[in-house]
Amino acid sequence: MENKLKIRKFKDKAFFIAVCAFSALAAVPLVAIIVKVVMKGYKQLNMDFFTETSPTTFEAMIAKASGSLIPGGVLNGLTGTLIMVGIAAVISIPFGIMCGVYLSEKPKAAFSGLIRFLSELIQGIPSIIVGMIVYSWIVLPLGSYSALAGGVSLAIMMLPLVIRSTEETLKMLPSSLKEAGLALGCSYKSVILKILLPSAAGGLFTGVLLAISRVMGETAPLMLTALGSTLVNWDVTAPTSALPLLIWEFYNDPNLVDMIWSSSLLLLVIVLLLNLAAKAIVNKRRTA
Amino acid sequence: MRDRIFKSLLFLSSLLILFISGGIFYSLFSGSVQAFDEFGIIGFITSGEWNPNPGNEQYGALPFIAGTIATSFVALILCIPFSLPVALFNGEYFRGKKIAGVLGTVVDLLAGIPSVVYGLWGFYVLRPIVSSLGLSEQGLGIFTASAVMAIMIIPYAASLSTEFISMVSNELKEGAYSLGATRMEVIKSVIFPACGSGIFASYVLALGRALGETMAVTMLIGNTDNIPTSLFDTGNTMASIIANQFGEASGLKLSSLIAIGLLLFIITALINLLGKMIIKKFTK
Repeated sequence: MENKLKIRKFKDKAFFIAVCAFSALAAVPLVAIIVKVVMKGYKQLNMDFFTETSPTTFEAMIAKASGSLIPGGVLNGLTGTLIMVGIAAVISIPFGIMCGVYLSEKPKAAFSGLIRFLSELIQGIPSIIVGMIVYSWIVLPLGSYSALAGGVSLAIMMLPLVIRSTEETLKMLPSSLKEAGLALGCSYKSVILKILLPSAAGGLFTGVLLAISRVMGETAPLMLTALGSTLVNWDVTAPTSALPLLIWEFYNDPNLVDMIWSSSLLLLVIVLLLNLAAKAIVNKRRTA
Repeated sequence: MRDRIFKSLLFLSSLLILFISGGIFYSLFSGSVQAFDEFGIIGFITSGEWNPNPGNEQYGALPFIAGTIATSFVALILCIPFSLPVALFNGEYFRGKKIAGVLGTVVDLLAGIPSVVYGLWGFYVLRPIVSSLGLSEQGLGIFTASAVMAIMIIPYAASLSTEFISMVSNELKEGAYSLGATRMEVIKSVIFPACGSGIFASYVLALGRALGETMAVTMLIGNTDNIPTSLFDTGNTMASIIANQFGEASGLKLSSLIAIGLLLFIITALINLLGKMIIKKFTK
């Protein structure tokens, strides 16, 4: 009897230790990836890295042969990412928020159910398929790969995320807030624009930040829509590069392969900071 | 009057979702018609031949369907031993404690790392290990791709199951404790039965993520057009064949790739739907 209890207690302890150990192991990849990227990438991070466009294979070959750092940087990727994420944001934030407001205003309507269902469906679509679709919608008719196509494919991926976070945030506001506004004689429009949305601003902002960080690292849809470019290019109808696209190009070019770590480091820092910022806002709101 | 304009504006923006999804359905279906006409739907799905040589073109999706299912399921199995402990750690043992918040943030950040960076890490860190163990010559293949994918889906599986585990009512647990159960016994015979279907659903949704994963898999699976025969064999998934060959494709090949996209879309949508249905039933 005594023994059996001991065995049970021992098993309980062992299980607890195993849970802790494997949980700790789950955190290892994040640390391993960050360490690897930082160790291999920091050397390349100089001023040129941010102000120069990506080097050609030939330039990189010469630099490698003479044993110096590969010249050039990722400016074309940075500006491309800026343009495409900008296009995605301009499309998906207003429409996403309006659609989210609509869903939270008519939560039980059958049409809202359909929209909610389709929005979740779009959110689940593999990103490469989004790229494929936008290729046939924009790249084919336009006759060229473009930042516009890249931006639209990112917008399609962002839209469901913005809709969802808007609806969830608005759902958490007390209904008395809205009633108070209406009781004071405010129009429906000003109740939403001046009362509901401002009170939900923090939540909306978090949702937008997370959505941006999610699409910023996307490579697959951009491969089929924006293609890439070695120049800084502000024309949205011409092929454009992006930070993740540059990483993919560097990876495929034996002469440029040394550039992958520094570009990954930059992308990782931007994306993880956006993530952490969004998380910090959520935590602050919770404690406040 | 203004209110009415405003209301219709809200309504119109929700129509955008309707248009996008309608357009996606239309483009996928109309794009695949040529391939399905040529090979038949069943023929296309069950044929294992992928031959782009002009004049002798033959396209079948079977190798890529097999590759997708193999990588996703292996990834799912590899992720369980890590995501389930994380869920127990955050949802039961240290629920609400600071340390759970830290682990939760760390695991969530895994979801933030771009796929292409995972691919690089897999290629330069994991692949040499697989190769030096003698498991496969170059270290590329189903296993390497799945291992990296497993890490990528840990956050999705863990965060949802954490929620379900922490939702189990205290009364149930206290009942078991009062009968003298240890914590492990409570987990095994109260928590798991009470939220088992929720945990199952979170893994179904993680599977939905894994099915469409593109970049990391493309970089690690070896990109060959055969049906993989072992865990360390090379292959291609539906997503990776599109990523590899869409750029230069036209005509029948383009249509076949779109048809593969349509199939992938249907599979992912069904898996996601299943996961969401289970959750809806469970939380009711």
